[in-house]
Parts: sequence; structure tokens; C-alpha cells
Amino acid sequence: MERRAVFKSRWLPYALIAPQVLLVFTFFYWPTGAALVWAFTLEQPWGGGSAFVGFDNFAAVFGDPLYWASVGRSVFFAASATTLAMGVALLLALFTDRQLSGYRAYRFVTIWPYAVAAPAAGLAFRFIFASEAGILAFLNQISPGLWNPSMNGNQAMLTIVVCYSWKYVSYNFIFLLAGLQAIPRALVEAGAMDGAGVLRRMRDIQLPLLQPTFFFLLVINLTESFVDSFGIVDIMTGGGPAKATNLMVYKIYFDGFKGLDYSGAAAQSIVLMVLVMALTFVQFRFIERRVHYR
Amino acid sequence: MLYRERMGRAARIALLAACGLVGTVAADAQTRTKFDLWQGLSGDLGERVNDVCKRFNESQTEFEIVCTSQGSYDAAVQNAIAAYRAKKQPTIVQVFDAGTLDLMLSGAFVPARQLMEENGYKVDWANYFPGISNYYATSKGVLLSFPFNSSTAMFYWNKDAFAKIGETAAPKTWEDVEVAAKKMKAAGMECPLAIDFDTWQWMEQFHAIHNLPIATRDNGYSGLDAELTINKTKFVDFVKYLKRAHVEGWAKIKTRATGATLGEAFASGDCQMTQFSIAGHGTIVKTSKPGMNWDVAMMPVYAGTERHNSLVGGASLWVLQGKSKDEYRGAAAFLAFIAKPESEEYWSTVTGYIPVTKTGFAAMQAKGFYDKPTYKGRELAIQSLTASEVGPLTRGVRLGGFLQIRKEVTDALEAIFSDKMTVEQGLAQAVERSNATLRRFEKTYAGKTLP
Repeated sequence: MERRAVFKSRWLPYALIAPQVLLVFTFFYWPTGAALVWAFTLEQPWGGGSAFVGFDNFAAVFGDPLYWASVGRSVFFAASATTLAMGVALLLALFTDRQLSGYRAYRFVTIWPYAVAAPAAGLAFRFIFASEAGILAFLNQISPGLWNPSMNGNQAMLTIVVCYSWKYVSYNFIFLLAGLQAIPRALVEAGAMDGAGVLRRMRDIQLPLLQPTFFFLLVINLTESFVDSFGIVDIMTGGGPAKATNLMVYKIYFDGFKGLDYSGAAAQSIVLMVLVMALTFVQFRFIERRVHYR
Repeated sequence: MLYRERMGRAARIALLAACGLVGTVAADAQTRTKFDLWQGLSGDLGERVNDVCKRFNESQTEFEIVCTSQGSYDAAVQNAIAAYRAKKQPTIVQVFDAGTLDLMLSGAFVPARQLMEENGYKVDWANYFPGISNYYATSKGVLLSFPFNSSTAMFYWNKDAFAKIGETAAPKTWEDVEVAAKKMKAAGMECPLAIDFDTWQWMEQFHAIHNLPIATRDNGYSGLDAELTINKTKFVDFVKYLKRAHVEGWAKIKTRATGATLGEAFASGDCQMTQFSIAGHGTIVKTSKPGMNWDVAMMPVYAGTERHNSLVGGASLWVLQGKSKDEYRGAAAFLAFIAKPESEEYWSTVTGYIPVTKTGFAAMQAKGFYDKPTYKGRELAIQSLTASEVGPLTRGVRLGGFLQIRKEVTDALEAIFSDKMTVEQGLAQAVERSNATLRRFEKTYAGKTLP
């Protein structure tokens, strides 16, 4: 006999999912739909009217010789921020999991940075990295002009990568630590009894068993670094110097909210959305296959 | 910033407590007509705007204005747009210079003149300084919004540093600046001239006082088909001059990213000359190193140039469409109130902004406002704004997507100063990209003509 719970009433299941569907519609499909409409029209900000222009907005985006540079920068930013944020978080989580002395306090404070709002973090890091007044200013005492993110694009990129990663280290840390602690202690202890050292146990037991968590974080980190970095960029560099930190999402924010070019920003959003979707698809298609779930 | 927020919170708590205490007194507020004003200033200046609103509420019993800070200029515009599209707009919104054109073309506002006439106020429109009013007026000079917080750029100079090189007067030309800066450098001063990449004081004001076009079609006043011309004017030489100053070490770049803005670098005595808004005058008075002697002067020009009026900066108040008759009566009363000479004096006292009407300025002068050491020099801002008759190139800048254009020029300057591009290449790229923005804007408003 088949044992399945089935709703007797026809409308009850729909009523139960209705709130969720409504929320998803209001906060996801509706804005996305509006952006889609704007992307194919030229919209006057104060609502004075709009004209259908077909693919003109996309042509303008792709016709901009500097647009591909901003795509390249975004990919670079996402890759380096994700690597840094996950690498450091993994290291911290492995240490914390080993219950070295003081790990409780350590676990507690490592979670804090995620609670700091992006603009506040940006402001703090701006002071740290300021070339003349910041903590790194001593570099210029050693050799004048050595450290100047306000003029050197690579250094400016470094500052936003560090600031952004700093925030996500704590986020990743929470998940990785939970993942590590879910690994049965018996496995690790068995490894120890067989004579495997700490590093060996990490490599052969803990990391492979951490794969599902790792994969989940990879997807989240990459996606977020494409879409969630504009607050930090706005406060720290404003996209400069000379566009060196002008990421795709910052350009959308600037064109749309500051420049009031709603249609151009909408078209760029669609491009970014497609890019992130493609990236996520690739990850699920090619990387998830190698992930072993227990 | 955090400090400001904390202060803001403290003020709000105090306000709440006060509300509780005077709850009974405020009962008559029920009968008052309420209307909203959304402003773009925050922190100390935002509080000062709220003080103005409070003064208005205390001055009469018929209306109650509710002033809300939106955090920043661009947030005020964004939020007003969102609210307008949802038909929940405030009656009055404060819009900064670069947001003027979008609103002007939208038809979403009630023109200043119409509002005042319909509500029975007689306003002498010629009383506004033309250098200020033309920025917010049609190409024929009819004012559409109300000039509110107004400023212009000034040259700040450290008298002590000039005394050390045997000078007592502020430099009048950029040639003088170079001579003085080199002497200061020789005398061991690290930063004779502080510069940054803010286009308002270095590019826009430069063009106005030299009577040079920023864009064709009278800086955009005569049509949306204007094109940027900054790579064909003397501005090219000026950028080369600043670049050379930077290379030779008598000019230093001071931005938030280096650790100190122009104002901070000047107030601390680190930098001896710079130029930024007169609105920062009060801050320098408060924060300058104790005992430091300094003053403001009109911005230098190139030798042999006839000085023209500088451009106004800041924001104006726009009255939006779609509100009730009573709300418009209240708005008109408020706008008439802030144009009174006493209100203007109050506003200039508590901020660094300048009076916008001739009678306001005259009244303050007569009372000896500018003789007080704290405010001395601010009258030069008016002198700078009225240095000449307002001509087609000194009315203002009316370009679509002006924030993007400013950003393109800033980006170009950064590329030029970090040796990524030559001056010519950088400015040519900025012009080309800005023109693309202008064409996009023109297409967005196809079929509309500038008032």
C-alpha cells in the first residue's frame, strides 16, 4: 500500500503556498519584470513617458569599449574575493575545530564582521588603507609613493577585495565550522589511531567530508561577490581611480541611482543576471558532480 | 559619521521626550495643514534645515511643515522620484544642481512663479542674484524653483605661509599661484597647493570665470543636442598646469582616499592654498589649527583674462505636482518665509551658505554681519557670483546625465595624474564618453524641448 500524505481539499495546498508565492512574486518576479520592460525602453525617470527601443540599450552596453573591461574586473574581483574569503575562513574553521585554547572566545568574535554593514566596513577600511593617514602609511615612509590606492588601480582593487573578503570570512566561517563539527568524531579519532597526523587527517578525512558545505559556499560567494559589492566600492573608491574598481554592479548602481539612466541600468542588470545564472549553472553542472554527499 | 548618527539619535530621543511633554500644547497641530519637505542634507547641515522648518512652524499657526532628511542629495532625488511615481510625493523636494534638468523636463513640478501668483504672493523675482537664479531658470530667465542653500567655490589661502615668503595678498592669477607655491616649496613647505578631482571647482568654475564654454549650445541651455567642449578650451592648459604642479611637487592630491580632503588638509595647516566651496567656510573656522591666519579670496584666473561670474552650487527647492490647494498654500507661505531677509541671515549664520537675494545680502551687510571675524570673507562669494553680468556661458550648466559626465571627467583626471593617459587623450576620452551620455539623454527625452 502506498503511504503518502495527500491533501483531500483542492484549494488548501494552494492556500498554503499562496503567501510564499505572493512574496516571491512581489519581491522577485515583479521587479525583474519591470527591469525587463525598462531594458527594452527608454524610461524618463520622473515618469514622463517611455519609448520602446528594442535592443538599443543592450547595443549601447555592449558597444561601450570599456564595458568588457568592467566585466573582466568583476570576474577578477569575484574570483579573488571568493578565494580569499573561503581560504581564510577554512583555515580559521580548522583551527577552531581543533579546540585550541581560547577557541570559544575566538569563535564568538570571528562571527562579528558579518554583522557590520558594508558602508561601515568600507569606511573603516578606507581609514586603514588611506595612503597618508592610514595604518599602511608607514610604507610611504620607507619608500615614498609605494602605497597609494587613490592613484594606483591595482592597489585600489586590492583594498576592495580585502574589505569585501573580511566581511565574508565570518559568514563562511560559520558554515565551515558547522560542517566540520558535523563530521563524526569517531572518523577523525580512527585516523589518529592509525597514525595520521593533523594535516593528514585534514586532507584525507575532514576536507573530503566538507565538500557539500564547500560547494554551497562557493556558489553563494561567487554570486554575492558579483551583486553585493557596490556598497563597499561606493564608500572606498567610488569606482576609481580611473575606473580601476568600476565593477559591473557598481556601474549599474551609479548609472541607475545616481545618473537616473533607468533603462541603461536595467539592461546592464539583465546582462549581470544572465552572467550569474550561467555561472551558477556551470557550477552545478560540472562541479557538483564531483561533490560526494554523505 | 558614527558620531553624527549618534548625535542624530540623541536628538531624536530628545525630540520624542519633548513631544511627550508638550503633547497637550501641540493639540492645535490638529487644525494645521501639514505638508512635507524632503531634503538631501544630513548630519549638522540637515539639523540646520530642520531648524529652519521649526522656525517656520513657530512663526505661524496655519501650516505645519514636516522636514525629513533623505540622507544625501541623490537619495532625495531617487526617493522623490519613487514617491512621485507611486503618487506619494512630498510637496517640496530639495534637488541639487545636477538633478535640475531631469526635473525641468518632467513636468512633475509647479513653476515657482505660478505657485506664488496663485497664492497671492508678490515676489520681486529680479531680487534674486542672477548668478544664482539663472541656474534654476528657463533659458529665458524665468525661475522654476526656489534657490535655497547656495554656495560658490572660493580660493582658500594661508596667510602665515604667505607671510613666510614675504607676501601679504592673495594671488589673483594662476601665474601668481605658481610663483608663490614654488617659493613655499623652496621654504620647505610640503604641500603649497592642494588639489583633488572634483570637477565642480576645478572644471566647471574654471570655465565660468574665464567665460569659456563647457558645452556647445550655451552650455546646453539652448538645446539637448549640446556637446562637451572641455578638450578645446583653455581648460586643457589648466590641466597641464596642475599636472606639472603635481610632478614638480608644489601641488599635492588630497582626497578621502589619501586620508584628508581639501578642507581637512587646509584646516590642519598642511596645505597652504586650495579651492573649494564657501559652504566649507564655517567648518574651517571651527576646525582650523588654533592661531592659524587664513582667508578666502576669489578664485584665480589666468593673467590677462577678464573675470566673469562664478557658478552657484548647492540645491534649490522644487514644488511637486499633484498636491492639494491647501498644501500649495502652505508651500507658498514657507517659500515666502525663507526668502525674508531675517531668514536668510539666520540661514547664513548657522551654515556657510550665502544669501540668495539682493535685499537679504544688503540687510546683512548693513548689520555688519561680514565684519565679524567668524564670517569675514564670505561677502567675497557674492562678489564672485556677481563679478560680471551673467552671460550665456556663465548662467550654469544644463547637461543631461551630468553626474555621469562629472564622473567621466574625474576618471580622466585620475588617469592623467597617474600617467595612464596624456592630458589630450584623457580629456578626449571624457568628451567622447560624455557625448554618448548626452545623446542617450536626448533620445530619452525625444520630442521634448527645454523650457
